[in-house]
Amino acid sequence: MRYSALDIVRHAFSGNRHWKPVWREPQPKAHYDVIIVGGGGHGLSTAYYLAKEFGITNIAVLEKGYIGSGNVGRNTTIIRSNYLLEGNEPFYEFSMKLWEGLEQDFNYNAMVSQRGVINLFHSDGQRDAYARRGNAMMMHGVDAELLDRDAVKKSMPYLNFDHARFPIMGGLLQKRGGTARHDAVAWGYARGADQRGVDLIQHCEVSGIRRDETGRVLGVETSKGFIGCNKLALATAGHTSVTGQMAGLRLPIETHVLQAFVSEGLKPVIHNVITYGAGHFYISQSDKGGLVFGADIDYYSSYAQRGNLAMVESTIEEGVSLIPGLSRVKVLRAWGGVMDMSMDGSPIIDKTPIDNLYLNCGWCYGGFKATPASGFCFAHLIARDEPHYTARFLRLDRFERGLAIDEGGKGPQPNLH
Amino acid sequence: MASLITCPHCGVRPKEEFTVRGDALPQRPASHAPDEAWHAYVYLRDNVKGVIFEHWHHVGGCRRFLVVERDNVSHAVLSVTDAALFRRPDVPGEDAQASAGKGLA
Repeated sequence: MRYSALDIVRHAFSGNRHWKPVWREPQPKAHYDVIIVGGGGHGLSTAYYLAKEFGITNIAVLEKGYIGSGNVGRNTTIIRSNYLLEGNEPFYEFSMKLWEGLEQDFNYNAMVSQRGVINLFHSDGQRDAYARRGNAMMMHGVDAELLDRDAVKKSMPYLNFDHARFPIMGGLLQKRGGTARHDAVAWGYARGADQRGVDLIQHCEVSGIRRDETGRVLGVETSKGFIGCNKLALATAGHTSVTGQMAGLRLPIETHVLQAFVSEGLKPVIHNVITYGAGHFYISQSDKGGLVFGADIDYYSSYAQRGNLAMVESTIEEGVSLIPGLSRVKVLRAWGGVMDMSMDGSPIIDKTPIDNLYLNCGWCYGGFKATPASGFCFAHLIARDEPHYTARFLRLDRFERGLAIDEGGKGPQPNLH
Repeated sequence: MASLITCPHCGVRPKEEFTVRGDALPQRPASHAPDEAWHAYVYLRDNVKGVIFEHWHHVGGCRRFLVVERDNVSHAVLSVTDAALFRRPDVPGEDAQASAGKGLA
């Protein structure tokens, strides 16, 4: 089924009673060419691109909850490609380009809104660092613009420009960055994969990985019984160490919880995505009017999808420090998601020491923006057994080879990335 | 909630006084140990879901390194020990680490 304006009118006249579910609820078959564990954004996009671009359709996506119940529905929906390092920037720009064509590609309204992402700076040193990053972006053909204080003030007059400790001196703007509707991204990919024959199997938790005597993966033990496969792909960020353990993998990952917040609905006030350079705070306004914002992870490792109050306080303090007018805004909802914090703050899309086991993990808290390219590159790896050009640095063995991609220069300390 | 930590030296203190260093179980290899042992020590983690041992540094208090035994699902704190007095328990994965360390000493 393709959506059209005519459909909407027709269904409106019949009371919207005849819409059909957009994907099937199949029982698992005994065997698949590829099993993808994890029905989040990355697992679904992997299935979608495997079917659409690489011609593999005998695929199952196993999801322990329901589609969209994990981090793909628990983020602050920001999309951008303003990275510094060669290992990251071409990959995230590839993702940005896929975002730009996504809605036409999967015929679903993902509400991609290129409203601009601005990173504010508050000192001469930080300005120089952002100028360097902007130059690195332009070297890779990505748009970047360094704004001075007056230019920022013109479009965002409500910011605290004369902060006693952290005055705003300007910002690095990526105009093509913005936001997308996260649930719709999951639904669009799920529907597109389903239409091409992929079995999306919800409420099916993987409890073990069965391997033969040579170590090759035969299939997975699940809450719906054993399911065999030729190739097994893990896209279980947040719980990668748990699923990796099933195959005996010990990984460069620690699991942490990140919180996000939404305020009551306000009239349009914040037109871009703004990040605070003096702390770690990012904010945008949803189309419904709620302010969507977040800050750091909770610092101690956690598998619980809820955060601590100290970080709530810290986040709100940062917000009020940047935008004093926030002090009287009421927070409507807050939630936590668990994520793979990798040892250098960058993700991993790679093969593993096990021949037919593929790994997609370590997204820290930047996984949403990467959803399209992550799926595309992972599909490329699974189908062709070689990395996609833009993901060739995102290797599992980069740590032992001294090739960490440490965007923040923070070292092997997962809670600092 | 792991909001309060009972420091063996300072008593009950808010968690904001502490810095979390990470997993307390990996054992530092000998300085001349091969690269693989150092790679495992610096980068690889068991990252278990459940009861874990972490190094917490009491920067806002006695400045001692502590080992906090904690459930990372319920966030309950089970014990707090001065790191100098901490003895590694028998946990899965410990054998491999300990023997890797021994082989290199």
